[in-house]
Amino acid sequence: MTTTMSSTLRGQRLPRWAVPAIGVAALVVTAALLAGLGTWSTAAFVVLAGVLFAVAVTGASFALEGARQARDRLATTAVSTAFLLAMAPLVSIAIFTVSRGINRLDGDFLTRSMFLISPSGPGGGAYHAIMGSLLITAITAVLAVPLGILTAVYLVEYGEGRRLARAVSFFVDVMTGVPSIVAGLFIYAFWIMALGFQQSGLAGALSLVILMLPVVVRATEEMLKLVPQELREASYALGIPKWRTIAKVVLPTALGGIVTGVMLGVARAMGETAPLLLLVGTQVRINFNPFGFSDTEANPISTLPTYIYSQLTSATGNTDSPAFDRAWAAALVLIIIIMLLNLLARFVARFSKARG
Amino acid sequence: MAKSIDISGLDVYYGDFLAVSDVSMTVEPRSVTAFIGPSGCGKSTLLRTLNRMHEVTPGARVEGKVLLDGEDIYHSAVDPVNVRRTIGMVFQRPNPFPTMSIYDNVVAGLKLQGRQPRKKLDEVVEKSLRGANLWNEVKDRLAKPGAGLSGGQQQRLCIARAIAVEPQVLLMDEPCSALDPISTLAIEDLIQELKEKYTIVIVTHNMQQAARVSEQTAFFNLAGVGKPGQLVEMDDTQKIFTNPGDKRTEDYITGRFG
Repeated sequence: MTTTMSSTLRGQRLPRWAVPAIGVAALVVTAALLAGLGTWSTAAFVVLAGVLFAVAVTGASFALEGARQARDRLATTAVSTAFLLAMAPLVSIAIFTVSRGINRLDGDFLTRSMFLISPSGPGGGAYHAIMGSLLITAITAVLAVPLGILTAVYLVEYGEGRRLARAVSFFVDVMTGVPSIVAGLFIYAFWIMALGFQQSGLAGALSLVILMLPVVVRATEEMLKLVPQELREASYALGIPKWRTIAKVVLPTALGGIVTGVMLGVARAMGETAPLLLLVGTQVRINFNPFGFSDTEANPISTLPTYIYSQLTSATGNTDSPAFDRAWAAALVLIIIIMLLNLLARFVARFSKARG
Repeated sequence: MAKSIDISGLDVYYGDFLAVSDVSMTVEPRSVTAFIGPSGCGKSTLLRTLNRMHEVTPGARVEGKVLLDGEDIYHSAVDPVNVRRTIGMVFQRPNPFPTMSIYDNVVAGLKLQGRQPRKKLDEVVEKSLRGANLWNEVKDRLAKPGAGLSGGQQQRLCIARAIAVEPQVLLMDEPCSALDPISTLAIEDLIQELKEKYTIVIVTHNMQQAARVSEQTAFFNLAGVGKPGQLVEMDDTQKIFTNPGDKRTEDYITGRFG
């Protein structure tokens, strides 16, 4: 390589293979070091190798490329490390859930309830809990999605700058942070204590609406704000009334983001446990009737989160228990359902956009 | 079907800020009227008051009268939606609806008048796109998204969309400022054809364009720094560009200021 020192554009660069080479070297050196000390620990190995790598890359870069490039290399290493740290729990949860859940994820599990099955005994399934989760989440979505989208439409399209809109916006933010048990407590006080009804799927769905609503409002609001004012004006200029402009131009333009927001809300609602334990209860039989509520008789429905909870309770810490496997299989099913719903939503959003 | 516009004593406000003061003018039917003047002098603002688009901005309001063939468009009984159906608008930046196909973009304004038979919509699409000189370029891909066209084609699509609802007046807010010279020429030719049927008001920064396409030209200027915009003079385009009545107009069109 011929580098003239007088050139202001060219400088020494670390060769392309240098960074991976330093990485491998860092791993080897760390392994040798720990082996020499005779104290092997995976955590120490990862941390030590990482630090060694960062120092070596930055040092090599500083020596060869100069201070500015060295800072750049250090920043790149730091950002990549942060990314890997963030990914680690996600990936390990996925691997863990799949490897444990796959034991019991079979046809029986998906098609049978726990009726007449001993709580800690073998067999049984989560069909009743899957259907319960889907039913209650569907009711929640039917109530929360239109309400949330219309609230966001009011906030962005009609209430702009008004005191009421600002107040609503503020309380939506506050509601986003409401712990789920508080939402459950509120419905408990209202539905069960004040109105005197017993547990039912509907009561659980009402508490989930409180949790899902702010997520939908927030996401929709942000997406509506991103729709260019020009498009609204283009529509008004054609003599299209405001409500029709919103329905035909603004909402379709923001659809992709709204769908994502709705899915986040659905995922949150589907994973909630605490309010459902309080308001819906647990059940070992199939129950397709979330609306059956009365003041004399509880009408509990099993859902996946509460199913996981009761299976883990039945397993009493014994990892060989069939109940333990059922809990993990149910967790896997829950993740798969949320994933499928996400894919479906994306597909729907893309399809309706391409249709034009 | 083309209508005249009479503006008298019009003040245009953004909140408490007076943007344009005391404009009176007459826009002739079946002709092209150009608004010229430096940036910020209120040309576009005035244009937007002519189809009540101005009030879409929060806090914006007007005082004075705008008569469309003698009928005050700011009368309390007038629905701005009806005004905008009669007075169409083309914007500075092409803004086709991104979620709609070329076909749906053209009929977007028409569909609101209730369900239309498909055959009639097809006719309107062809007629409007031919009217905007775009038909031959897009007739084989009407179902494709409007956003996939080039800038000049998008702007002609917006013109087709505007004339599809058969307005009587067409307002154009710097319709060529984002376009290359060839697309500009296409739109100027189009304006010449459209003026047979429509009353056209066009805002432009391009004085050659004003001279080429318009019969009447109105020159606007700021009364001073921080003061509202005002109409300096309005006359036949020929006269404005050869023998303007006001010194300020002459300075502006010859490029001398101050």
